[in-house]
Amino acid sequence: MIRSRTKVGKQLLNVLAGVALVYLFVPIIFIVAFSFNKPRGKFNLIWQEFTWDNWLKPFSDPGLTDAFTRSLEIAAISTLIATFLGSLMAIALARYSFKGHNGFNFFLVLPLTAPEIVLGSSLATLFLGQNFVDFGLVTIVIAHVMFQVSFVALTVRARIRGFDWTLEHAAQDLGASPMRTFWKITFPLILPGILAASLLAFALSIDDFIITFFNSGSEQTFPIYIYGASRVEISPQINVLASIVLFASVAILAIGNFSGKRKGSGRKQRKLARA
Amino acid sequence: MSLVEAPAQRSRLGSSADRVGLAALLIATACLVAIGGKWVSGPLTSVVVLVLLAVIVGVIVLAWRGGTEARRLLAPYGLLKPGMLWLGLFFLAPLWSLLRISLSTKESRFDINYNFSWAFENYQTAFTEFGGQFSRAFLYAGIATVLTILIGYPLAYVIAFRGGKYKNVLLGLVVVPFFTSYLIRTIAWSTILSDEGVVVSFVKGLGLVPVLEALQIMDNGRLLNTPAAVIGGLTYNFLPFMLLPIYVSLEKIDIGLVNAANDLYSTNSAAFRKVVFPLSMPGVFAGTLLTFIPAAGDFVNAQFLGNPNTTMIGNSIQDQFLRQNNYPVASAMAAVLMVSIAALVLLYTRLFGTEDLA
Repeated sequence: MIRSRTKVGKQLLNVLAGVALVYLFVPIIFIVAFSFNKPRGKFNLIWQEFTWDNWLKPFSDPGLTDAFTRSLEIAAISTLIATFLGSLMAIALARYSFKGHNGFNFFLVLPLTAPEIVLGSSLATLFLGQNFVDFGLVTIVIAHVMFQVSFVALTVRARIRGFDWTLEHAAQDLGASPMRTFWKITFPLILPGILAASLLAFALSIDDFIITFFNSGSEQTFPIYIYGASRVEISPQINVLASIVLFASVAILAIGNFSGKRKGSGRKQRKLARA
Repeated sequence: MSLVEAPAQRSRLGSSADRVGLAALLIATACLVAIGGKWVSGPLTSVVVLVLLAVIVGVIVLAWRGGTEARRLLAPYGLLKPGMLWLGLFFLAPLWSLLRISLSTKESRFDINYNFSWAFENYQTAFTEFGGQFSRAFLYAGIATVLTILIGYPLAYVIAFRGGKYKNVLLGLVVVPFFTSYLIRTIAWSTILSDEGVVVSFVKGLGLVPVLEALQIMDNGRLLNTPAAVIGGLTYNFLPFMLLPIYVSLEKIDIGLVNAANDLYSTNSAAFRKVVFPLSMPGVFAGTLLTFIPAAGDFVNAQFLGNPNTTMIGNSIQDQFLRQNNYPVASAMAAVLMVSIAALVLLYTRLFGTEDLA
């Protein structure tokens, strides 16, 4: 009796989890499916008929294509800056113990816990009424680096927490200069963590809407273009580009997982990170 | 976590280098905040800039002349400095200037300039005209947070304890939907829930409309543009922020503890209540903060899935700031949002606080 009841409970939990997983995919299936739709009129919202046209001409919407490439540019620049600044901070926090260590740790979490609308509007007030920089590409990059830095620093710190810093001593005992030690020993070992963090930071930048919206001026990024266009036209190309981003991310994820398994480094690093 | 032993002999200058480094970093950040926040003006600005440069040059000279020990003590501050200065100028200083503008007045809507005048009436306007938006933001975000726990917990549990070798694949599946743009996901929901959409016709076919209307989920036979749609959108969009921390804390649990409880004749549900759930609390706690805070400030879901009577404070801030150019009142609302969230977080930490959050 008891046994059958727990069995039912077990099944029920599995069903709940399955429903949750399906729920996560409902809009995604919808987005991908509608990239094959041939809409009547300007809004790609009602299913009409199947077509390959949109996938054959993914860049036929020039405004959208410009916005998409602009987003990629911004993400590339801001991720480079944020990865550099954030990794230095992560090394400082993971490698050294120093006065104010906990304070800096706490401070780094703050930008991630503030609502985006506060970050976006407050940064915009900084740019209001000054003559150094106009709203546009530069202010968007500044904004993106601002929220990426904390993110990179905390992610890299978590990944290199278990790093064996005595390796550096070993290298220096063998006569390597500090510079050589860093580039030959430390950097290659913490590089995977830095790369993982920068990939996620890149994704954050491409997808950011709220903070960018306050600081973009007349510049159009991918999300901002979609926001503006959603009132007048929703072209199926939006779905195509979104699907491309989706499939590319899945591919990167799968490759990362596969290569991590092959080297066994992923599991080892996770073990280290937990220790 | 002192990983490098201190050498036996320290020069006097070297041994206090860490204090110098910390002070220099804090002073430099303060200078940037003062300049960026328009705290100082006119000739005072150049003085502050000079102080900033002097501090940076001073630390470099100290590192250069102070010897190995000083360099080692200064290193962490040197590594932190570029990032800290960026955050000082583009995160802290903006918060300061936000507070400043929230107490300023503007001549007219089309005037770009504003004058600082301790104008507390902006806060009064924020509360009297936008009180409803504030309460809706907190209410909707609160309900959405509870829903993300209810939906996310079982899934996180099944992945963590029954995922087996498919754990990583399942986790990947959870994350994948969120690689499509946030806006596109929300617009997709507005199509799915629309009057001609699948969900509404399905519900109509089953004759469930009166039931859902009684539950206040549907309104006049509509799903879109209702409070329920806004809450549903928030729930969907912030689900991974709840699910992943819960998963992390569940995954850390030693399955031996559950077996021990079962060996001691605990029922499965008692083992869950007394062992697993308490140990997963840090994840629920972190997930609650990560879900509630962005949800309370969101305006995208309310805009695409709601109606004019379901606007949240984010919509008002956005509208006042970018459309009405009413920076002072928008800033006052943003400041109130920030302070009330900080207060809620503090209260929540006091009540349910766990140490291993950071």
